[in-house]
Amino acid sequence: MTLRRLFASIAVFRLLSRKTISAVMVFALLKYGLKGRYRPRPDFRHAADLKPSYDVVIIGAGGHGLATAYYLSNYHGIRSVCVIDKGYLAGGNTARNTAVIRSNYITPESVRFYKESVELYRDLSDELDYNMLFTQRGQLTLAHSDATVRTFRMRAEVGKHCGTNIELVDRKQIREIVPQLHMPEEHRSPVLAGLWHPDGATGRHDAVAWGYAARAMDKGVEVHQRTEAQCIVKEGDRAVAVETNCGTVHAGNIVQAVAGYSSVLAKMAGFRLPIRSYPLQAMVTQPLKPFLDPLVSSAGLHAYVSQTSRGELVIGGGSDPYELYSTRSTLDLKESLIGHTVELFPFLARVRLLRQWAGITDMTPDYSPIMGESPVRNYWLDAGWGTWGFKATPVSGKRMAECVANEKMPAILEPFRLARFKTFDLVNEMGATAASH
Amino acid sequence: MAKQATASGGANRMTAPAGVWVDRDKPVSFSFEGKRYKGLAGDSLASALAANDVWLLSRSFKYHRPRGVLTMAGQDANTLIQLPGEPNVPADRLAIREGLAAWGQNYKGSLEKDRNGFLNCFGAFMPVGFYYRSFNKPRFDRYWEPTIRRMAGLGKIDLGAGQGYFDKAYLFYDLVVIGGGAAGLSAAITAAKASAEVLLIEENPALGGALAYARFDAEGMAGERRRQELIAAAEAEPNLTVMTDALCNGWFADHYVPVIKGDRLYKVRAKQLILAQGSIEQPAQFRNNDLPGVMLGSAAQRLIRLYGVRPGKTAVVLAGNDHAYGVALDLNDAGADVSAIVELREDAGSGPLAAAAQDRGIAVMAGHCVQEAVPARGGKHLGAVRVSRIDGPGIFDPGSVGIDCDLLAMSVGYTPTYQLALQSGGKLSYDDRAAHFTIAQLPSGLQLAGSLNSTYDLSAAEAEGAHTAWRAATALGLEAGAEPAVPEDRGAAGVNHPWPIFQHRRGKDFVDFDEDLQVQDIQNAVAEGYNELELVKRFSTVGMGPSQGRHSALATARLVAKATGRTVAETGVTTARPPFSAETLGVLGGRIFEPERFTPMHHKHKASGAVMMTAGLWWRPAYYGGKAKREESIAAEVRNVRNNVGLIDVSTLGGLEVRGPDAAEFMNRLYTFTYKKQPVNRSRYLLMTNEQGVVIDDGVACRFDADHYYVTATTGGVDRVYRQMLWWNTQWCLDLDVANVTAAYAGVNIAGPKSRQVLERLESDVDFSAEAFPYMRLRSGYLAGIPARFLRVGFVGELGYEIHVPASYGESLWTLLLEAGKAEGIRPFGVEAQRVLRLEKGHIIIGQDTDGMTTPDEVGMAWAVSAKKPFFVGKRSIELRRRNPSKRQLVGFTLPLDGPLPLESNILLDDAGEMAGFVTSAARSEVCDAAIGLAYAPAATKPGEELTIKYSDGRLLQAAASAPHFYDPGNKRQEG
Repeated sequence: MTLRRLFASIAVFRLLSRKTISAVMVFALLKYGLKGRYRPRPDFRHAADLKPSYDVVIIGAGGHGLATAYYLSNYHGIRSVCVIDKGYLAGGNTARNTAVIRSNYITPESVRFYKESVELYRDLSDELDYNMLFTQRGQLTLAHSDATVRTFRMRAEVGKHCGTNIELVDRKQIREIVPQLHMPEEHRSPVLAGLWHPDGATGRHDAVAWGYAARAMDKGVEVHQRTEAQCIVKEGDRAVAVETNCGTVHAGNIVQAVAGYSSVLAKMAGFRLPIRSYPLQAMVTQPLKPFLDPLVSSAGLHAYVSQTSRGELVIGGGSDPYELYSTRSTLDLKESLIGHTVELFPFLARVRLLRQWAGITDMTPDYSPIMGESPVRNYWLDAGWGTWGFKATPVSGKRMAECVANEKMPAILEPFRLARFKTFDLVNEMGATAASH
Repeated sequence: MAKQATASGGANRMTAPAGVWVDRDKPVSFSFEGKRYKGLAGDSLASALAANDVWLLSRSFKYHRPRGVLTMAGQDANTLIQLPGEPNVPADRLAIREGLAAWGQNYKGSLEKDRNGFLNCFGAFMPVGFYYRSFNKPRFDRYWEPTIRRMAGLGKIDLGAGQGYFDKAYLFYDLVVIGGGAAGLSAAITAAKASAEVLLIEENPALGGALAYARFDAEGMAGERRRQELIAAAEAEPNLTVMTDALCNGWFADHYVPVIKGDRLYKVRAKQLILAQGSIEQPAQFRNNDLPGVMLGSAAQRLIRLYGVRPGKTAVVLAGNDHAYGVALDLNDAGADVSAIVELREDAGSGPLAAAAQDRGIAVMAGHCVQEAVPARGGKHLGAVRVSRIDGPGIFDPGSVGIDCDLLAMSVGYTPTYQLALQSGGKLSYDDRAAHFTIAQLPSGLQLAGSLNSTYDLSAAEAEGAHTAWRAATALGLEAGAEPAVPEDRGAAGVNHPWPIFQHRRGKDFVDFDEDLQVQDIQNAVAEGYNELELVKRFSTVGMGPSQGRHSALATARLVAKATGRTVAETGVTTARPPFSAETLGVLGGRIFEPERFTPMHHKHKASGAVMMTAGLWWRPAYYGGKAKREESIAAEVRNVRNNVGLIDVSTLGGLEVRGPDAAEFMNRLYTFTYKKQPVNRSRYLLMTNEQGVVIDDGVACRFDADHYYVTATTGGVDRVYRQMLWWNTQWCLDLDVANVTAAYAGVNIAGPKSRQVLERLESDVDFSAEAFPYMRLRSGYLAGIPARFLRVGFVGELGYEIHVPASYGESLWTLLLEAGKAEGIRPFGVEAQRVLRLEKGHIIIGQDTDGMTTPDEVGMAWAVSAKKPFFVGKRSIELRRRNPSKRQLVGFTLPLDGPLPLESNILLDDAGEMAGFVTSAARSEVCDAAIGLAYAPAATKPGEELTIKYSDGRLLQAAASAPHFYDPGNKRQEG
């Protein structure tokens, strides 16, 4: 049996050795083929029952919650951490987002925050020893109006000022970046300019959460699926425990990281958040041979397209226009979104759409997140992630962990504190959010 | 049924009556992989190739294994082929036409000799999820991804292809029945008889469903007989519309269903909906269960009965239910030699079909399974099966007998076609006794009939169809007679074998054909810790391929249930999402209309050489004269307004009529200023804030009567303002009406020191003199016989009149004024000149000089915010914000006229090099003899202070801060 495998490997090696990389790839996979029988190396060791208490209880086993658990356990020595989720691991917006990673925002506060996230992402597969298929193929956003060109110039100017890779490009440069793009001169909304962000990237969204979960569990963090927070128990102005369908857990600190349900959890904890929740839909085509490297989005057409490493086209757009806690799909949005996609790439007309789905986005008035202190002591917020949660997963995990471990807001999170809405000291990112995610 | 094959339309073609869908009189030539073949009209590409003994259709996604016909129902990835410019076309759905040229896809070299075929020996090196644990060092995207990307994807697209023609239509029916099999036909006929307007949708070219291809009796003719009867009955119903070749591809709220027929998308609204889409036969799992020649029993039957194609010469049937015996009989009738029925159950089947098969002497090997399909020479087709005794669920004796065959037909069970039912909110459950999925908790107005509802017995399915139709008709308020009986025995027992999964120690026992996933891959995913079905799906990608789990969901649920110690019901299936079947982007996009709006003067502008620009959906003149003379033209237009008189088309400006006793109260609540005491025939500036106190629009309120305001809004903002008005008044319930009359009026602004002279030249009942018609007044009247509204306003900072006339007079008005003003040197000016003029005057443009946070105070508009009113939208926020004064303000700045001109959005830097603001507007101004602009700067900025502007090339420009009003700060000119 092993001999067979050895011959097979040699044969394969000979076939591929024409290209060095391919040959090295073969070696990378030999570990599986030569081992003989497949031996699982479980990523997750699932704990049986909830303990009565932990140092930190994190509500929400999505990317943010798991990342927070990882940094707490790996960087701050806090290993008595329990992450609970009413569904399955990373099954909320982590599972539903379209995996856009970028830092081309408008305000310096945001650019610095998301820039740190992109940098963490770049080394994340290595850090977690879990390949999240991070690939930096750049993001091109298209402007069809003067107003958008102005916003793009601002994003370019601020971005350059903060040290990110970004520039405003003209039609000729756009053609060089994405030659496949349909850009007629005589169009009622012609492409006027583009915002080219070479730092823009994508990756496998599930893998980000799984990688964090695996390495957090290595340090003793527990993740409990199908465990729903039902009540936040308080003593005075302090949160002390979470009641769940699987029993009550006490906690030194509690973190809520429940994108889509932030307001619901905050209400349990006894306060209100300035959040409105809207469905956000996305869709995917059948796999095609790769033809599109960067992510292409259009601010005017409310559509963006990227091609995954599997070859599928992932297509997304703006949130639904009304508030709803439902992840149903609509035909109207699919029609308009796909219509716009075909405007950008008419040759896709015969390509087939495989699936559409929806998540729930917690939109804040300034299109920036809410992080850190809440009105309840020992209860920490990681909320208001609207359509920009996935790209911030590493930085929010890292900084939330720092925040909870020191029980003090790090400077980089200060602009995103909840109290800013009382003083209107907002971080306005509306112009950098529409259909770019 | 015919026993002899003939050469008509291929070597495997049988004689009539086999092949109810094909027309033997119409041969069709086509090619596949460059080789020419002959088929028949009515053939799918797959059936025509099968008739020519071509079984290899594709290469699998990961291992590049040879794949062929599996379902013949257009539901699997095995048959995806490439058309020129169109990838992933299901060959068993694609009707052949003369000259069709199709190719295989996902291979290197040829379909027959795929140089990537070696990957098949490489399976052990690529266990489930391997890519998450490899290729991460060094960086994936730098080193590994380029190679992996070359291997990714399935079909190729033609980057040069055009969009093509697709369109859409709407349909409305009392009852829509989806699925034209026995149950659906019966439901549609029954409801139509009760005088409901009924639409019956069938995805295949002809009605009948399983009646057309399955075997219901020993003789083998009952299905076809009944099909003819039902079709005749359907055709007799005038209220019944039948759409064949039409795919209902999803369910959306309130029974709104998209139906795709060809390149048209019908959007169908149904009052009542009956789903009768039947069920999907499932494969069994054993080694090499994906070899061409291994197919579902129903696929073999479809080939025989629909297309008249004999699916094999020597066949083995794998039986998990009695339907398998019907398959054996059909094969026998088709002239195939049925070597054996390998029966998974302990005993042979007992029904009439089983009896008939045994009567014909077909051997039944009860208690046996196929442990491996063995390829024939060349490795691309079935050559034999290895049959072993079953020792327990999924366990077989290692010893085996080999049976040579070129066809293995599997009949081991079904899943209901549950996708639409689940999309509508239905919940899936698992009946452990029948080993079958069932559906419950459907929304009102939606019912299931037939095998989708686990009703497999033919007469029971028809009775169920009639019963659901009766309920639908009753719900519609129609007289539908007495309630028909509901069948008691629905024939679900014994249809599904509980465990047709025979894992082989050497693998290649595929659960998901699309994604090349074997039994061990599913088990390993669970063993790796991915212990929820959704996690298994995401880690292994099971069910994520083109067929979206149609043939893998049941086996996956069973395997995951077993591995996690849960029940199949607890394990469930992954969420059903639209679409049901992959749909082209073209059909979703439709014709892609590009709405555009022209003002009544549009072609006058074009005739005058205007360079047009877009403003929302509108086209507006940017400036007049060619693109080559842009700067000069704009400067000349500006000069002419300052010195003589200019005319600009402002028809795109929003116009809203607010009428009713509460109009003034409404205006007072919606805008920041006070309007209650505004005298009739006066206009007043309008500023709109949202609930956050952010400036979102401006305009002019023209009070023509105590209860009538004519409100202008910005070109880009009017639709939003109109929505806001309706939205707020829905809550306030004030007594008034709002109408958006933007397109009903054409408008011009005649501006410049000589504008009054021009107007006075024309016959009018309005006195335009300064005394009679001062600034911010209104008049209604006539100008040269044209009914008009006159507004004295001053956006560009000169004496000026806006004249609004019914749109049909717009062109006349334009021509008339240009004629009348010849002596004064009138000339039209465009948006670009207006931008310069208003900037000189320091008038802001909402959306350009404001952003999503701007308060009235920041832009010097505190005067337009009433402190006395008890309420207006945004008041509370503005007051809160005043407690904590803003850190920024909009200031003017000047630079030398001939130096670099800052671009809009260039940033301001403070002494520490931090961002301190940004430029919102900038222009060269002759009249000010400077480059001027507006910028957000720190709140304390005083006129004369130095501002550092970072130019796009990195240069730092030193500008002088100033008041934002550069030209005529005393307003003498516009108010004169």
